[in-house]
Amino acid sequence: MAASKKTGSARQARIAKALKAAFRRELATRGDDAVKIRVCAGTTCNASGRAAVSCALAAELERRGLTDKVQVVLTGCHGLCQEGPIVVIHPRGVFYPRLKAKDIAEIVETSVVGDEVVERLLYTDPASDEKIALEKDVPFYKGQTRLVRAINGSIDPTSIDDYLARGGYGALATVLAADEPEAVIDEVERSGLRGRGGAGFPTGKKWRFCRQNPGEKHYVICNGDEGDPGAFMDRAVLEDNPHSLLEGMLIAAFAIGGDEGYIYVRHEYPLAVARLRNAMDQARERGLLGADILGSGFSFDIRINQGAGAFVCGESTALTASIEGRRGMPRGKHIRTVAHGLWGQPTNLNNVETYANVPWIVTHGADAFRAIGTETSKGTKIFSLTGKVRNTGLVEVPMGATLRDVIFGIGGGLREGRTFKAVQLGGPSGGCLPADLLDEPIDFESLTAAGAMMGSGGMVVVDDTTCMVDFAKFFLKFTAEESCGKCVPCRIGTTRMLEILERIAAGEGTVKDVERLEQLADDVIEGSLCQLGGSAPNPVLTTLRYFRDEVMEHVVHMRCPAKVCRPLIRYTIDTEACTGCHVCFGACPVQAISGERKEPHVIDQKLCIKCDTCRQVCKYDAVPVETGILAVAEGRQQ
Amino acid sequence: MVAPQTEELRVEIAGLVDKLGPGRSSLIPILQDIKHRHRELDSETMQVVAEMLDIHPVEVYSVASFYAFLHGAPQGAHVIRLCGTLSCDFAGKDAVADALCDELGIGFGETTADGQVTLEWASCIGMCDQGPALLVDDEVRTRVTPDDARAIVAACRADEGRADA
Repeated sequence: MAASKKTGSARQARIAKALKAAFRRELATRGDDAVKIRVCAGTTCNASGRAAVSCALAAELERRGLTDKVQVVLTGCHGLCQEGPIVVIHPRGVFYPRLKAKDIAEIVETSVVGDEVVERLLYTDPASDEKIALEKDVPFYKGQTRLVRAINGSIDPTSIDDYLARGGYGALATVLAADEPEAVIDEVERSGLRGRGGAGFPTGKKWRFCRQNPGEKHYVICNGDEGDPGAFMDRAVLEDNPHSLLEGMLIAAFAIGGDEGYIYVRHEYPLAVARLRNAMDQARERGLLGADILGSGFSFDIRINQGAGAFVCGESTALTASIEGRRGMPRGKHIRTVAHGLWGQPTNLNNVETYANVPWIVTHGADAFRAIGTETSKGTKIFSLTGKVRNTGLVEVPMGATLRDVIFGIGGGLREGRTFKAVQLGGPSGGCLPADLLDEPIDFESLTAAGAMMGSGGMVVVDDTTCMVDFAKFFLKFTAEESCGKCVPCRIGTTRMLEILERIAAGEGTVKDVERLEQLADDVIEGSLCQLGGSAPNPVLTTLRYFRDEVMEHVVHMRCPAKVCRPLIRYTIDTEACTGCHVCFGACPVQAISGERKEPHVIDQKLCIKCDTCRQVCKYDAVPVETGILAVAEGRQQ
Repeated sequence: MVAPQTEELRVEIAGLVDKLGPGRSSLIPILQDIKHRHRELDSETMQVVAEMLDIHPVEVYSVASFYAFLHGAPQGAHVIRLCGTLSCDFAGKDAVADALCDELGIGFGETTADGQVTLEWASCIGMCDQGPALLVDDEVRTRVTPDDARAIVAACRADEGRADA
């Protein structure tokens, strides 16, 4: 007993020493109390002119001879992507959004050399119209609880030393030192962590099954094939903090006894792949990936596989087939991947966000994780909030927060003059929830009961200008195109459902069609092998459940209340309001508008293609859109 | 009979097999690499790959034809892929699509006659709050306006080829 304790402590000391040796402090970014400037280098800020801002900043610091005193860090994404390029000046944390290169000199003078703020460049909260100086006071950030994304905005994602400086790989060292894989599984199971990819299977349980299943080898796979329209949480983790994923996978591999891992990333995420490759090279170089990690005797290496444009490969069995070099078609899951996965061996497959939660759990303990969230859903969830809300971007909230907290609290509510209509959760597998469900807590069970699902975390908000038939049509078109074709109910069923929806949108649907749609939806769910087909009808079913009146308006009265479905609308000119300014006359791409200057104009319905240009350019609100049987009948007659 | 270009192809594919390993799991990475460099996968290439990985050519074709990025007609020197999903739709994707088609004189899924630019739809590229978004080869562009689209086309036309090809 005493001897084993001694070897145990020798092991601990060896691993602690190896971790310390892996860290090169001189290469890490200084702490937040030092004078430094954080420039967000997320994909969005890069695309909105970050490079010009960086150049101007470097030139200005050089001109003032401040290059050595003030550190400039290119960080991961700050989350409030619509406000990019974002620059934050420390130690105070002054937040400057939407910066232009020409503003840099003034900012350096006032906030870096001086200790003031440039009032006109500060962030204006769209909800209260107030100017906000410090990053921590921005309502978008204040409402969040960030575990996974806690350090993303302050570290340089291309630097392993920044990650190590923040305690990175400490969780890995802890589990390697303790050398008790089963205890790691116990801890993860006790934390209540559930898969963040959609289905919400308990992670610890999955790891235990995988470990217990016999095989020549155990594989660890990360699903980074984030294909849901409207979802980009995993892209953000991969780009902003790739080491957190690697550390999570390393811990999982140690726990289940695996030595080989795969990360499957979409082809559409080039920056994520580049950052990941860079992180893996660094981790290998420092002895944190590869053979004999931190001198513990544990070996694990990872290979990246890029997707090739098939949405269905996000399904676990299709993904493993794709790694094996086969068509990405799902198989039946009567035998689980944990028993018979990659090359027939026990395989643990989790998504990016799930793995990224693991280091936090090991470091802070299962109890701290359990303290966040609801009875059945623990911890936080990252959502990508998009659509017609004021603040869009990445939001991390505790499980159990309500939709209202996210959309109206953090998201700042709908844009000026618009009203909330629905929020779509879970992408093509999820559903649209109406206003009276806004106070529902966000957890796995509540969302499933409401007919939506957590999915991977896409949250698309729509207002009164969106037609729910059109919206459902979009998702169904997506799944019909992405169906792999293996199961007839999915391949043909989704296409037939789409045809019915198209008829309804064209005003040619019947009451019988609506019944048929529901019947077919049940059949597709029942008869599909995987969850792509099994959940494809969800957007349609929730539309029928919560927005049936709107659907029936299309069928019975040939009316599209949101005035979106083109066959059901007609553009006219209000002769009272029209001033004859001639702007629409010039803007119409098909010359369907006629009329003399200063005289009311007329739209020729035979020529009109309903492109909406005239309504958009009219300054006098003189192009009303009509919908309903009369408008359709007149349109058809002409 | 072995044509000279086949010999070159064999050398290239042999190099890839060396790098990635002779296992079946190298199939997709090999096909991706060839498609990226040569902008197309013809049946001859697929046969050579099949032979070197010791699998049936039909298997190679079966895999290549399954994945959107592997099959299809030869691509141009540059590929513009406009995100075709919902959030970009809200943001005015249609106007950008029209501008691209108009400027290039082709539709989606087509390549200009000079082989310079291919126009395609992309599935969600994860820039949902920044739409309309597109990829020019591997570069992400966000909040694209119809004018930006025309400028992107002009830049692709002026440029010889992909920097990373």
